[in-house]
Amino acid sequence: MRRLTPWILPAAIVALWWGSVATGVFAAYQLPPPPVVIEAAANLWSRGLLQRDLVTTIGRVLFGFVIGSTAALVLGTVTGLSRKVSDAVEPTMQALRTVPTLAWAPLLLLWLGIDEAPKVTLVAIGAFFPVYVNLVAGIHDVDRTLIEVARVYDLSSAAIARRVVIPASLPNLLTGLRLGLSQSWLFVVVAEFFGASAGLGFRLTDSQQSSRVDLMFVGLLGLAILGKVTDMILHAIEDRTLRWRDTIATQALA
Amino acid sequence: MSTPLRLDQIRKRYDATEVLAGVDLEVEPSEIVALVGPSGCGKSTLLRLVSGLDVRFDGRIAVGDREVRGPDRTVGVVFQEPRLFPWLSLADNVAFGLPDRGSDGAKALVRETLGVVGLADFAGALPKELSGGMAQRAALARALVTEPQVLLLDEPFSSLDAFTRMRLQDHLLAAWARYRPTLVLVTHDLDEAVYLADRVVLFSDRPARVIDVLRVASRRPRDRRDPNLLGLRVALLEALHLERSELSAVV
Repeated sequence: MRRLTPWILPAAIVALWWGSVATGVFAAYQLPPPPVVIEAAANLWSRGLLQRDLVTTIGRVLFGFVIGSTAALVLGTVTGLSRKVSDAVEPTMQALRTVPTLAWAPLLLLWLGIDEAPKVTLVAIGAFFPVYVNLVAGIHDVDRTLIEVARVYDLSSAAIARRVVIPASLPNLLTGLRLGLSQSWLFVVVAEFFGASAGLGFRLTDSQQSSRVDLMFVGLLGLAILGKVTDMILHAIEDRTLRWRDTIATQALA
Repeated sequence: MSTPLRLDQIRKRYDATEVLAGVDLEVEPSEIVALVGPSGCGKSTLLRLVSGLDVRFDGRIAVGDREVRGPDRTVGVVFQEPRLFPWLSLADNVAFGLPDRGSDGAKALVRETLGVVGLADFAGALPKELSGGMAQRAALARALVTEPQVLLLDEPFSSLDAFTRMRLQDHLLAAWARYRPTLVLVTHDLDEAVYLADRVVLFSDRPARVIDVLRVASRRPRDRRDPNLLGLRVALLEALHLERSELSAVV
């Protein structure tokens, strides 16, 4: 029964969706019924366009997410561990973070042109900040008394960082990665609004221009499913690596 | 393996507050010494200095021939809280301080030490799955496995219930008999002090200095109901009570 619980709400939404069109609350041109959307998706697939959109968008998200989170991992670790670097870098990072990340879009288009580079860069910026902020906070939150235990064994700073600080801040890092990933999906759509010729974000703007609401729903559903699936993957990794936590979340697993 | 511990005129200040006012103490190899005194008098600070975690003090601390200038693997510490690494299994926690912790020899050593503290069946358990007493036993095993010459314990059993505390005192004695470290224990529990120690060192209120040293002559294994121990407990109480009347509330 517990396995079915998460499906109740989506099923209810689909039923409401279908019902409201069938009873004429919404006209079919505003809200196409589910079969029409499925048909539109099948049609797009048979022409090879849906596959191309999916591959393009997934590629941009993964590429941007990996670049952005790797940069955040490196810079966050150094900033978190070194007071000197933190003093030099943190105020600037905090200032940059207050710029709504989407405000970078016009500048990136100008600098990097309209092909892949600005899109991937935008996704990377979107992924960077949540990972960086959470990792630095996680490192700063590490229990001082655990570090003392390591110091008793006369470990070097590098060994203390590797064996105590990093594992202790892993929960924050994974929270950051999940937030960064959802930001990546947000930013890829925005990136694809500007001068893209493929991708789910492009599908949304393109179908808006041709008034194809059914295709817009294909794009929306595609983003919802991909976002959910990738988040589930990270969530599964989180559960596996953080089994040691003594929290409400891990209680069910123990 | 064991060495003597020698403290000469240890003085320590935190800004304006003088914490240690010239403490002298000599501990023989494999001796068990209990430090008792009023809360906040500086006993724990003294242990921190011996452990090398705090090197800003005046005076001289020597572990055998080595003068303490920072943490050293010859000195082990058990803190008031278990301080286990929550992401490591018990076996990995115990192995934490071993230089070659991946080796078969180290693994055998970890198993053996877990056996000494009665946790042989819990090698794979995570800290969150342990009771307070088990966690503190694991912390004891982690300190013992590197076979330190000097073992420092800072009120190690103070947060445990009376039954668990007595069991752990016996675990500690068994481990001490096995590894024979020089052992210095800070405690507020006078029964614990007279049951475990060869000598009980009494400290004054802050700034701490040694006001008396009582020898516990009873042979081990000791009986907790031994009238000699109970008599010593009364003597300790009186000595401390003279020093500071509020202590009767602490003990």
